[in-house]
Amino acid sequence: MQHTRKRAAGLVSVAACAALILSACGESSIEAEQSENEKRAAELGDCGEINMAVNPWVGYEASAYVVGHVAQETLGCTVNYKDLKEDVSWQGFGTGEVDVVIEDWGHPDLEKKFFADQGDGSAMDGGPNGNVGIIGWYVPPWLAEEHPDILQAENLNKYAEEFATSETGDKGQFLGADPSYVQFDEAIISNLGLDFEVVFSGSEAASITAFQRAEENKEFLIGYFYEPQWLFAELPLEKVALPPYEEGCQADPAKVDCDYPETVLKKILSTSWVDEGGPGVELVQNFEWTNDDQNTVAKYISQDGMSPEDAAAKWVEDNQDKVDAWLPQ
Amino acid sequence: MSTTLEAPRKEPAAVEAPSFLGRMTIPRWAWGLVVVAGWIVVWALMKGTDTLGRPVRVRTGLTDRLTGFNNDVLASRDTNPIIQFTYGVGSTFVDAVDWLQRLISIANLPRPVPEIGWLGVTVAAVGIALVIANWRIAVLVGASFVSFGLFGYWSSAMDLLIVTFVAVAVAVLVGMPVAIWIASSKRADRAVTVLLDLMQTMPTFVYLVPVVLFFGIGASAAVVCTLIYALPPIIRIAGHGIRHVSPTTIEATNSAGQTFWQRLVKVQLPMARATIVVGLSQTIMAALAMATIAAYVNGPGLGKDVLQALRTLNIGAGFVPGALIVVMAIMLDRAATAASLRSDRVARGHGESRRQRLAVIGVATLATAVAIYLSRYYAWAADFPENESGRRVADQVNSFTGWMVDTFGGITGAVKDGITIGLLNPLESLLSESPWYVAALAIVLLAFVIGGVRALVPTVVCLAGLRLLDYWNNSMVTLSMTLVATLMVMALAVVLGVWMARSRRVDVVLRPLLDAGQTIPPFVYLLPVLALFGNGKFTAIVAAIIYAAPAAIKLVADGVKSVPEQTVEASRSTGCTTWQEITKVQLPMARSSLVLATNQGLLYVLAMVVIGGLVGGGALGYDVVLGISRSEEWGRSALAGLSIVLLGIMVDRITRAAASTDRATDIGVKARRRDLKPTGSR
Repeated sequence: MQHTRKRAAGLVSVAACAALILSACGESSIEAEQSENEKRAAELGDCGEINMAVNPWVGYEASAYVVGHVAQETLGCTVNYKDLKEDVSWQGFGTGEVDVVIEDWGHPDLEKKFFADQGDGSAMDGGPNGNVGIIGWYVPPWLAEEHPDILQAENLNKYAEEFATSETGDKGQFLGADPSYVQFDEAIISNLGLDFEVVFSGSEAASITAFQRAEENKEFLIGYFYEPQWLFAELPLEKVALPPYEEGCQADPAKVDCDYPETVLKKILSTSWVDEGGPGVELVQNFEWTNDDQNTVAKYISQDGMSPEDAAAKWVEDNQDKVDAWLPQ
Repeated sequence: MSTTLEAPRKEPAAVEAPSFLGRMTIPRWAWGLVVVAGWIVVWALMKGTDTLGRPVRVRTGLTDRLTGFNNDVLASRDTNPIIQFTYGVGSTFVDAVDWLQRLISIANLPRPVPEIGWLGVTVAAVGIALVIANWRIAVLVGASFVSFGLFGYWSSAMDLLIVTFVAVAVAVLVGMPVAIWIASSKRADRAVTVLLDLMQTMPTFVYLVPVVLFFGIGASAAVVCTLIYALPPIIRIAGHGIRHVSPTTIEATNSAGQTFWQRLVKVQLPMARATIVVGLSQTIMAALAMATIAAYVNGPGLGKDVLQALRTLNIGAGFVPGALIVVMAIMLDRAATAASLRSDRVARGHGESRRQRLAVIGVATLATAVAIYLSRYYAWAADFPENESGRRVADQVNSFTGWMVDTFGGITGAVKDGITIGLLNPLESLLSESPWYVAALAIVLLAFVIGGVRALVPTVVCLAGLRLLDYWNNSMVTLSMTLVATLMVMALAVVLGVWMARSRRVDVVLRPLLDAGQTIPPFVYLLPVLALFGNGKFTAIVAAIIYAAPAAIKLVADGVKSVPEQTVEASRSTGCTTWQEITKVQLPMARSSLVLATNQGLLYVLAMVVIGGLVGGGALGYDVVLGISRSEEWGRSALAGLSIVLLGIMVDRITRAAASTDRATDIGVKARRRDLKPTGSR
């Protein structure tokens, strides 16, 4: 036992010597970078933290990382990105785990739970983010070109059989979307008397793959889709004209027989975070950009394979004038 | 129609034929045919009445009540003492994970890198492997850690390792006492087993949102979800091991006057060590299988990278982190097994001398100290040097899948249509378009034919439950997809399993592929399958087959391999052809394995129902996905999830009963079945 202890002590001293010799090699780059970080933090002052929810689609990611990049690099905030679905993000407002949802497509049920007038008041409307959502029925470009009349809903029945698959039998397949989105397609189909059956793709990835496949193989496909979306840069889907939206025509979900309205996408913020104030809050409240802006960044991410951070940095560098307008005065 | 329907039952029938006893009674498959034929007649007459089908978005009273309950709990969160308590537990997990992350995976600001860089962590891991296992495992561990860095996912891999470590540690702390408890009390065993069944078959997506409500977002939710799913294997298997310590040993030591505690610590636990380690490694596997699901609630780890790639449809970029999860699973599994073997050897006095041992420990400690030092002060040892390997592999995978889709895209359409029209549609119509009471009666009768009285009671209970949950029609559609998928899994399992059993070389090539197929996250192959087969039920079935086939193939291969060599020799000497040898000797004698493989195939396929819902599988899978996507529909996901659980318990009990009426209840098979609950991600 005595022997082993001696041995262990010897080993430790050898290790210590080795460490001393190596440490004589001068100041490392890690230390330099650390003091740089400290200096910068002191210069920029305390901007605080932003807990940014990242909902699972690329357009959202584009907005979130551009705002986050500016907050981090220009204002010196600490930005925590959190990959979450919409529901969970809203739950996080009350616990301080989420401060910002940067792109909201309308969640009346969640507003009821978390906005001040009916719910616990943990969340608040942060105003529009400048993007406009265009939801509707889309077909792949080859189809619109070959059969231009397909872009009118009243002609769809003529082609219903072409849209049929082995799973829908003699009815045409209508590709529903990710269940997260508000969809009235079953009602629209039955109220317009169309021979179609809704098959839900189940996820955005599945919908996009379906449209890509249909274009490549020149297959008939019609489905629920939306702008802004990076896919349009690669595959300009064509929108089918439904009877136009009028105020109130979506009031009763079972009786919907009109197109989807244009959706003004907005920011949802944590009430307590806004009350604290600070440059980060001002930046998020000022943030506003166009569908084209978002599509540009989304394209960097999805098609050029850039990481969201790099894509955001590139856009910010190219569009400093737009960014300046968001900065706290 | 009838030929396709009888097919799933054909295997037991085929093996019944050469029965040496020459029974003269009507064989079971004939009774099954009679039931199916009667069912078809009634179906033709009454098709479309009382099917309980309804449009997708219509909710039931029960759904709304459940959703309302969830909302009430949510509204009470600031004052609810239970939530206050669980939130406290959750933040402990967050703190632990955060501390470990700053130590080895993320920059501990203002320090630009973690406290210990990649070199320090890698050498420390290799050192630990060397000390607790052997040099081979040390090499494996080293190569695995380097691969995490080389392919550009060091930080995510460390995050996953941390979450897995915390979850498994808690699983052992909670699981071992429960295992000891169920080993010593039959009643406890029965009660806990039901709970464990529920924990393993309930789709994770269903409890993801409530877990967040009780424990918070991120690491805490990830740890808790992982824990719920990973706890059952260690309880089940360790409990089994402790219970089956040889009674003579216990009696002998009892007579020496030991206390309960002495018996447990000195006799039962050491003697059950090998089994406990099997449980531990199953728990680790289950924990890793949750990696991608946990990423849905911001759980740190490689799963996030897989989901990120899915978002941009970059198959290759999803494959690399997915494959690294497999690497981590294999590394941890082999290390746990080797460590247990080593400690076994040491316990028997076959270990190396104390001098050697100390030398190994000393060298490992020294090397770790130096490496940690280097990784604290030098950038190259702190941050893994950037390189293009990850991107290059991703590109290659992308071009390979592109080629595959281009080449086979034409055939896949025909396969899809053929199976959909020939098998899926008729079966679905029979199950879901019969009046519900007709379908229920037919299922009960078939369960009786297949599994006898023992299958009857659970089937009736489960069907009654399905009716009460009020997702009957969708349950029947899901059941039909499950049956078709299982049928195809078994076809694959018999062909490949027999091939593997008969040729060592095939076994050596296939086995690692099967291991990988079982552990790689389904999200990785979802996109290629989508590109090949388009949206819909068939795609969901294909994904389920990829996930379920490996387990079934391995079981069949092991079963056929364990047929005594003399029996095969004997048949050969009587002039059997290879075909006869397989169909008349090997398969009939491996019958219990075939039934077990069917059982596992069904459960694995059911575990994929929710994933199927993400690619257009519809039915219960879609209900669950819809429920977790929109808070006003949460009740739906709970009811659909429970329906999946009931379907799972029903098919499990029927096939188990079938196995026992086949007199295939030798202890080996039983033990294996307990170990083999699906451990995949759902």
